[in-house]
Amino acid sequence: MRAGSHILIRSLDRGAAVFLIAVGAIAIVVPLLNLALPNSSFIHVSTYLVTLLGKYACYAILALSIDLIWGYCGILSLGHGAFFALGGYAMGMYLMRQIGSRGVYADPILPDFMVFLNWKELPVYWYGFQHFPYAALMIVAVPGVLAFVFGWFAFRSRVSGVYLSIITQALTYALMLGFFRNNFGFGGNNGLTDFKDILGFDVRSEATRDALFVVSCLALMLGFLVCRVIVGSKLGKVLVAIRDAEARTRFLGYRVESYKLFVFTLSACMAGIAGALYVPQVGIINPSEFAPGNSIEAVIWVAVGGRGTLAGAALGAVLVNYAKTTFTSGMLAPYWLFMLGGLFIGVTLLLPRGIVGTLQHWTAGKRNRASAAAEEGVSELAAAE
Amino acid sequence: MAVARALLVALTFACAVVCGLVFDQAAADAAPLDQAIAHFTADDFDETLAGVNEVAASGSARAEIIITALQNGKLMFSAEKKAVYIQDDAGNLTQAATGQTVGGAPPDDLDNVKINNRLRGIIAAALGQLTLLSRDPQKRYDAAQAVFKSRAASALPAVEAALAKETDGRIKRALEEARAAIALNRSGTSDPDKLAAIKIVARRGDQDALALLADIPAHESPAVARAASAAIGGIQTRLSVWEAVQNAWYGISLGSVLLLAAIGLAITFGVMGVINMAHGEMVMLGAYVTFVVQEAIRRYDPALFDYSLAAAIPLAFLFAGAVGILIERTIIRFLYGRPLETLLATWGLSLILQQAVRTAFGPTNKEVGNPSFMSGAFDLGGMVITYNRLWIVCFALAAFVALIALLRWSRFGLEMRAVTQNRAMAASMGIRTSRIDALTFGLGSGIAGMAGVALSQIDNVSPNLGQGYIIDSFMVVVFGGVGNLWGTFVGSFLLGIANKFLEPYAGAVLGKIAILVLIILFIQKRPRGLFALRGRAVEA
Amino acid sequence: MNSPTSTLLYLDGVTVSFDGFRALNSLSLLIEPGEMRAIIGPNGAGKTTMMDVVTGKTRPESGDVVFDNAHDLTRLDETEIAALGIGRKFQKPTVFDSHTVFDNLGLALKSDRRARAALWHRQTAEERHCIDDILRTVRLSAVRDRLAGSLSHGQKQWLEIGMLLAQDPKLLLIDEPAAGMTDAETRQTAELLKEIQREHTVVVVEHDMSFVRDLNVKVTCLHEGAVLAEGTIDQVSANERVVEVYLGR
Repeated sequence: MRAGSHILIRSLDRGAAVFLIAVGAIAIVVPLLNLALPNSSFIHVSTYLVTLLGKYACYAILALSIDLIWGYCGILSLGHGAFFALGGYAMGMYLMRQIGSRGVYADPILPDFMVFLNWKELPVYWYGFQHFPYAALMIVAVPGVLAFVFGWFAFRSRVSGVYLSIITQALTYALMLGFFRNNFGFGGNNGLTDFKDILGFDVRSEATRDALFVVSCLALMLGFLVCRVIVGSKLGKVLVAIRDAEARTRFLGYRVESYKLFVFTLSACMAGIAGALYVPQVGIINPSEFAPGNSIEAVIWVAVGGRGTLAGAALGAVLVNYAKTTFTSGMLAPYWLFMLGGLFIGVTLLLPRGIVGTLQHWTAGKRNRASAAAEEGVSELAAAE
Repeated sequence: MAVARALLVALTFACAVVCGLVFDQAAADAAPLDQAIAHFTADDFDETLAGVNEVAASGSARAEIIITALQNGKLMFSAEKKAVYIQDDAGNLTQAATGQTVGGAPPDDLDNVKINNRLRGIIAAALGQLTLLSRDPQKRYDAAQAVFKSRAASALPAVEAALAKETDGRIKRALEEARAAIALNRSGTSDPDKLAAIKIVARRGDQDALALLADIPAHESPAVARAASAAIGGIQTRLSVWEAVQNAWYGISLGSVLLLAAIGLAITFGVMGVINMAHGEMVMLGAYVTFVVQEAIRRYDPALFDYSLAAAIPLAFLFAGAVGILIERTIIRFLYGRPLETLLATWGLSLILQQAVRTAFGPTNKEVGNPSFMSGAFDLGGMVITYNRLWIVCFALAAFVALIALLRWSRFGLEMRAVTQNRAMAASMGIRTSRIDALTFGLGSGIAGMAGVALSQIDNVSPNLGQGYIIDSFMVVVFGGVGNLWGTFVGSFLLGIANKFLEPYAGAVLGKIAILVLIILFIQKRPRGLFALRGRAVEA
Repeated sequence: MNSPTSTLLYLDGVTVSFDGFRALNSLSLLIEPGEMRAIIGPNGAGKTTMMDVVTGKTRPESGDVVFDNAHDLTRLDETEIAALGIGRKFQKPTVFDSHTVFDNLGLALKSDRRARAALWHRQTAEERHCIDDILRTVRLSAVRDRLAGSLSHGQKQWLEIGMLLAQDPKLLLIDEPAAGMTDAETRQTAELLKEIQREHTVVVVEHDMSFVRDLNVKVTCLHEGAVLAEGTIDQVSANERVVEVYLGR
């Protein structure tokens, strides 16, 4: 227990505390403004907005998972959307089984699309998904196992840098092709949808939406905390060491691939949870979630917010998606892709540290300037000795 | 003298006989045809069947016209008048037997002679027999093939007659095959004849021959059955060989497309170390250049259409190359040494380029035509080769050779290799490295543009064109070994062929997935690709 | 046959070639425990490749590489070799730029290298003490909280040597420690190495002949991937072939 408490304390600096308190406050205030106030009230928050914010929270978790491996370990995955989508599909399968005989074809066991395809029996890999604990396990296990197997192969043979990025992109591309096929048993290009209820509550009711939003915020806080603990530990320092000088780390005797494998798998599990929370809120999961473009877009959230800052990654996810929601629904819709493309270029060229990273750099610069000057004098003395 | 007189008599007699035969023939011509045609007025399928057979057997010059009309539903009859007519497209009637125009109003009960599926087969066979003697060699050949497929015993006399006259070797062989098919299909052929026939059919060796041999009844004598199954085995082997060859060709064709898409990438990624996610969009721009060139030609001088690609290739190279240089100067040069950032920035660029093209040309597919020399196909042994694929293979090879030559023998190639091997040293030798960077990137992009011209001939030209190729191209470059153009060359064709050989077993999508998995596994074994550079250069 | 009983590092007949070029040509070399050995030789003589082979970065095509009479290094990878107690300093100083000097040494400090251990690891007073000692040895105490990326070239070299000390290996391989240093720094580095040699076996590759002279140890001169001469600095510098291919007349 003592070991546990010291790393928790170590990982909670002021910035982390501010982040956690902010997210916690939002998680409390938003549902209150939605449920307790009448629709007519000036500060009433609509259910639509609650769901939208819940989606952002899921994106923020995905961004955290990417930041953990990219910002701290230099692994740029262009396929994290795949883990997100796999978690989403696992949740979707649970929700499909909950529909039961309320489907269009009223089959008590088979989901509608299977009846439509003339399937007679439930495929084996659908077994057990009617039980939430099993589904919850799969939400974490499926992305985790895939990431572990993939990572084991990739890291062991020292595939890194852009090679790894390209291969992760190919991974999500291959999964997308697969899930588009009807005979994969995941609903083909329509995916899984028409969900009725989750844990016995109506998915579409206001209260469930608020609950899902709160759970998403809690997951975001928990995910953030886990990342902080890792980053603050010696393991986190080894990760940064790997990012900066992989060969050096190896010659120091660290088994680089097991570190990478650990953090990559953990990150995939986080992405899976994000996807699982996302699906009941948007009401559908389909193969387009696997599209390589989605994964790379998630990377730019992290870049905008500032990689290697965690809080920045979450912030970037919310900001970029807020912009996306705003612009794709208005007159400017045809120009959104220009803006997004411009964002990719602008951030990499002009703001390589991202928003939070740049702020940190400034404040750190101010704080250090005085002490650095003093230090400089001391070290010169030492050198002259 | 007596001998001479005797000869004269004999000749006269011979002439008389011949003349008599001719007259006989003419007389016989009209009578059976009329009788045969009469069957058509009964409005009964069996009667019509008899009519077709008799018309075909009549030997009349009108027979082909009549049966063709029947096939097209243009053979009319009036039960009342017991008359049969042929109706032309304008609705005018002619007498079926003579071809004379029928004046006046058509009969009230005019109706067309009805046919069903069984009849359709018989009509086709009958027409086959009739055209066996056509003047057009291609028609004769097609007719022989039709008889081979129908195996109708009724065609035997016609086939024999045609064989006796035929001089064209190819048609003669087709006729022999037809005769063999009839012999095999007919009861009462002697075993030695059957064995000979099997031999002939086996020589043909295609799917139709296989079907014919498979239809030989099981109760045949052991010798025939054995010969047939041996022949079937032989044909199957032959067919599977041809199928493999055909697959290999499809693979080469796909490989050449991959090569075109990947060599530009092999330069920017492999040689410069710049990962350009907008490479696919350079390909797409090349395809749109082709579209614009063709539109301009259609508008100003359609006669030049066949030269559209000749104009499009250099234009696409220059345009995509110029865009590439622009990108290098404005974005990529600030990101050297930061490959992951380059990747993100160029991805953003690809979004912008796609959306720009979508805004300018619309989101739908654009029609890009094939020039005449690129349309059509020809048979080679047991496989079909389309001209557009053939030209693309040639073009890809030519582009590759040109590129290799450029890098090896030109001043630019020398400077480029110098910069990639040791930038600082090259700079100190007076090479303007930044200019070389821009030109190299432009070269890679320009080649992508040319690839777009080729792809416009076989793929849909839409703003998403490039997206479909980018991942495959990266796989090729990674698989082949970065920094090695020959690796890219071998990699494209290996992947192309592997893809096409997997497709029949796994389906297109699973085949693609299998390839991706195989590449991932391959990279485990050889992280630096097929043709890896070794030694110090790698670490730099 | 020279029995390897008294050797720490034993190389015999090691050959490595890159695309036809023989970087090591049947190289044989013996390092005894507690010894300091200087390796000299012209560019391309195979000095760095030899280090690559010993540390597992490059696999030889043939030949034996045995460490401590027991371990066949040709079968192990970098991590395993490092765990056996072979530390290496690169030609170009490589430190973890975004960690502080203190953390750099903390990461190098001998410890359980597994990820699980690293996650729950808590720095002890003893470890901090140990790091402070090393900081003093490599003369970097004043900059302990600076980011390593902001150090001068010479400081980075020392930090890297310090990291080697923290690893506490049986054998240290040091590639050009004096490269890019001022004369004063070079002299200090030589002293530092001599200090280190008291407790460790050291192999140092260097071009700077005055530095090698300062070390005053047994010298091996490599040429074209094989040993050209071996002995004291005076013997080696007097060797005709060494003068011809390396030192110049």
